[in-house]
Amino acid sequence: MSIKLSNVTYTYGIGTPFEKTALYDTDVEIHEGEFVGIIGHTGSGKSTLVQILNGLIKPTSGTVTVDGTDIGKKTKEAMAVRHKVGMVFQYPEYQLFEETIAKDIAFGPRNFGLSEEEITERVKEAMDFVGLDYKTYADRSPFRLSGGQMRRVAIAGVIAIHPSYLILDEPSAGLDPIGRREIFSEIQRWHQEKGITVILVSHNMDDISRLASRLLVLSHGHIVLDGEPLNIFATQQQALHDAGVSVPPVTGALQYLQGRGFAVDDRVRTVEEGAQAIFDCLKGGKGHAH
Amino acid sequence: MLTDITLGQYFPGTSFLHKLDPRIKIVATMIFIVAIFFAHSLASYAIVTAFVALNFAISRLPAKFIVKSLKPLWVIIIFTMGVHIFTTPGDVLWQYGIFHITKEGLYQGALMTARLVFLIVFSSLLTYTTSPIVLTDGIEHLLNPFKRIGVPAHELAMMMTIALRFIPTLLEETDRIMKAQTARGANFTSGSLLQRGKNMIPLLVPLFVSAFRRADDLATAMEARCYRGGEGRTRMNELSYTYRDGIAMAAVLIVTAVLAAMRWL
Repeated sequence: MSIKLSNVTYTYGIGTPFEKTALYDTDVEIHEGEFVGIIGHTGSGKSTLVQILNGLIKPTSGTVTVDGTDIGKKTKEAMAVRHKVGMVFQYPEYQLFEETIAKDIAFGPRNFGLSEEEITERVKEAMDFVGLDYKTYADRSPFRLSGGQMRRVAIAGVIAIHPSYLILDEPSAGLDPIGRREIFSEIQRWHQEKGITVILVSHNMDDISRLASRLLVLSHGHIVLDGEPLNIFATQQQALHDAGVSVPPVTGALQYLQGRGFAVDDRVRTVEEGAQAIFDCLKGGKGHAH
Repeated sequence: MLTDITLGQYFPGTSFLHKLDPRIKIVATMIFIVAIFFAHSLASYAIVTAFVALNFAISRLPAKFIVKSLKPLWVIIIFTMGVHIFTTPGDVLWQYGIFHITKEGLYQGALMTARLVFLIVFSSLLTYTTSPIVLTDGIEHLLNPFKRIGVPAHELAMMMTIALRFIPTLLEETDRIMKAQTARGANFTSGSLLQRGKNMIPLLVPLFVSAFRRADDLATAMEARCYRGGEGRTRMNELSYTYRDGIAMAAVLIVTAVLAAMRWL
């Protein structure tokens, strides 16, 4: 079970003076259960890639298969596959439209033809998941919430579909640190509890290194790096730099220390682990090379 | 989904026509459009044809743009042709019941159709070679003299500029919301008319919300920059006439004069 892209190319505005290829001849397979981080400079093709992954846009050439079904060309198959691949767009709160939060979250499940009891069940579960109390919020208008709460409602609306693959395009953009931490821990929990595949597009290296089990780096429409994030951060600084992105700040700090002759381990996921690495290094006393 | 909508048809380029001052282009286009109506003889039609063709060649637009400009109006063109072919009295060439085609009808139909085609193609040249923003700038300048009689030239131009500026943004937004709702299983393309209308709600509500939000933000941003209307405002890019504009205006005036002479002298 996987999402597989073979030789996928996507070109915007074919036949106009504004023609631009966003993705060149891309081969990638995303396996079930992975937590894939996608990073890249603005305009590197990240958003194009994720929209192709759930059939929202059709590749100019190449094939896309989701769990063995080709969704590249036929609209009907693409429609059927949408409840398998859930997509949370950038600023998803701007897609809210219903009178009440519960109705808005129910939009997806209802479109996929679930019964009323199932829908209510899904809404409750999704709201519980994103930390919104059902009794308090179900009948409120989504337009009277704060930005962070609106985003949770929007994410709940996608989660209620129960996708096996969940794509999130910059889910934390414009949120305060607490809001972003909460949203990410919710996503991580969903990933762990339900075993679903998560594909996370982000500019924030911290989040990627903390969460992802696999990292794709895009640059000018090509996947230039694909591998375990800590490996990439530890060994591919130059390639990352060429792609216009950088290692997470904590990794950067540890690598700076390495450059100054400290034998610290730079394969850490969080600041806490980084602190521990420095502590271990100092305690080991094998620090200074001179 | 909505990517095939091109706004204002502007086709970027660096031709002589692209570089002309928008004011000259607007005025010259209006003069020549009037001049097209002077043409009645075959010889004068030949001149009009030559001039339109020459301009198109100068613009260096791909030839398919001629077809593209005619597309939205082909019903009117066919209708005009039909009316002239079937209703003009004269030598009957073919008859079926009340329908008859005359020699004069064919001749009239051809000329009228040609006139219409020239009108459309020539005025499209203006929008093909002028970006909407520059065009608005030109219109504002041309309306300036009418300020005295109460025409709010600057405000009209500002409104047009803002509208033009936000059309692509709103299209993008529409596309984004459509995709987001499609990802949640919404269907915008099938079902009965009523059902389809209902299906638009998940698209229209967020679109309106965002349009109002944007309008609000823009108003705040303009106010924060002390915008207070056109009085005493200077511009970043001043329009100025060059030798090109002289040549263009002269060419249009000469052709117009020749056409007028052929009609009345």
